[in-house]
Amino acid sequence: MKRIALIAGLVLATFSIALAGNITIKGSDTLVRLGQKWAEEYMKKNPGSVIQVSGGGSGTGIAALINGTTEICQSSRPMKEKEYKLAKDKGVTPHEVAVALDGIAVFLHEKNPVAELTLAQLKGIYTGVITNWKEFGGPDQKIILYGRENNSGTYAFFKEHVLNEEDYADQTQTLPGTAAVVNAVSKDEWGIGYGGIAWAKGVKDCAVKKDDSSQAVLPTMETVSGGSYPISRELYWYFNGVPTGELKELVNWALSPEGQKVAEEVDYIPLPKEIAEKNLIK
Amino acid sequence: MEKYQFKPKSRLREFIGEKFIALNALAALIGILLIFTFIFKEAVPIFTDREVQEEASLSKMLYKQVYYEGREPKWSWQPNSTVPKYSLLPLFLGTIKAAIVAMLFAVPLAVGAAIYTSEFASRRMRELIKPVIELLAGLPSVVLGFFALVILATALQKTFGFTYRLNAINAGVALGIAVIPIIFTVAEDAMNAVPKSLRDAAIALGANPWQVSFTMVLPAALPGIAAGVVLGFGRAIGETMIVLMASGNAAIISAGFTESVRTFSATIAAELAEVVFGSPHYNVLFFIGTLLFIFTFVINLGGDFILSRLKEKLQGRS
Repeated sequence: MKRIALIAGLVLATFSIALAGNITIKGSDTLVRLGQKWAEEYMKKNPGSVIQVSGGGSGTGIAALINGTTEICQSSRPMKEKEYKLAKDKGVTPHEVAVALDGIAVFLHEKNPVAELTLAQLKGIYTGVITNWKEFGGPDQKIILYGRENNSGTYAFFKEHVLNEEDYADQTQTLPGTAAVVNAVSKDEWGIGYGGIAWAKGVKDCAVKKDDSSQAVLPTMETVSGGSYPISRELYWYFNGVPTGELKELVNWALSPEGQKVAEEVDYIPLPKEIAEKNLIK
Repeated sequence: MEKYQFKPKSRLREFIGEKFIALNALAALIGILLIFTFIFKEAVPIFTDREVQEEASLSKMLYKQVYYEGREPKWSWQPNSTVPKYSLLPLFLGTIKAAIVAMLFAVPLAVGAAIYTSEFASRRMRELIKPVIELLAGLPSVVLGFFALVILATALQKTFGFTYRLNAINAGVALGIAVIPIIFTVAEDAMNAVPKSLRDAAIALGANPWQVSFTMVLPAALPGIAAGVVLGFGRAIGETMIVLMASGNAAIISAGFTESVRTFSATIAAELAEVVFGSPHYNVLFFIGTLLFIFTFVINLGGDFILSRLKEKLQGRS
């Protein structure tokens, strides 16, 4: 009898979990830590819900959304027109919600005497036009380029906003994940890399200038949310259609002051208040 | 004695057993065929679909392309560019470079170890060396890749002063470690398979152990060693995780081994997760998969052929 009760209980438990719904979140590696933290906190508050978070890159997440294998796609870049078209072909209507902000920091080795670069100089470096640190008053050393794999939103964002859609130099060594880029630059005295500002450990942030005449700005919480840091961006959640039910609750919680505070705790930059309120799903 | 004799009933059992094994073999064969068909099917649009060909035709994969006005045409792998470019040449070069370094590193070590264990080591030594090297084969490649990424790369750069930390040599050495057990096992087996009668004959003619090893056993086992090398080469070409982590993944064309390389397999691993099903990029990745499949298949076939020739030769059938 006891055993039957136990089995019945188990079945009921499984069933109720199934009822509460299994939400999967997939995509951007930049966002994966934030997604996990949000999921953790949300599940603590709502014991019935099960949320699975995985990374893989924004492109991966968007492809998963289009192929119908995830409920929420995390992306560190807006979807491309091409992707909207593909989604439409498959009967998916992506709905975009900006959930946090991020700055793209440019990483240098701590011993590198160069401390600031303009956007044009960065473009020159990453398109392979400028190949030596001596151009910026550094020593006569070749610049070693590190970047992200081409499924990364950071790759696409950097390409769009810094390279103006030109190609990366073929010499760019592409690594899986911002952590790998940071690790590489921390070991390579003449290396340069880029990635979300939350990741810079053991490397130095390069101050970035919009152009020759403007001021050099270091990527910090204030400069990014205030808009003075030139390479910053919104981070998105994409849904298939306007979210309802638990998905809606989840995203509205993430946008709430409480959710945004969680973002800040794990080194992302919260949305300015009025934008967060505007993004709430009614 | 009686219990070793077959009873009539066991005839049936034997029949069923035989058919069961044959069925298993057939299933494996069909499985391989299906896998190949699936991979190839996804690559076919490159040859048939106009739209796909516009972005990634075979000629675009093989020749230089101009993509900015006023700039030199070049071979380049930039599938996510505004004008996608799918040159296979840098990837092919990268694959070959990493494999060559792997072989240069692994062959002397593996063959040397095989000669030592088979010819000179005491029984106790042999019983120690063999399992240790074969254990190496069980090392997950991701662990080797991580080792190469974090430790080996720094050590090599400090020693040789490479400009690029992650380069063909770094990836090749790590690949070599993965390949050593394959070459060692096959080579050692080949030398062990040299019949005792041949050794006895050589000794009877007054040869010392060195002469026996290097003038008799080694030449006789050479096809087997070659087969091991070929199999190892096949593995070096297809291995993914190590090159993904340790090679730097930059698709450049150069003659040197101190620059980063991007290999076929690493490209598939890095990019397949991101592409949308059915896009030209997706088809190209499967085309690369087909190429890899054919490469390794042909290489393994060659290895098997050499190996079977050796067996025939040693058994005096040729």
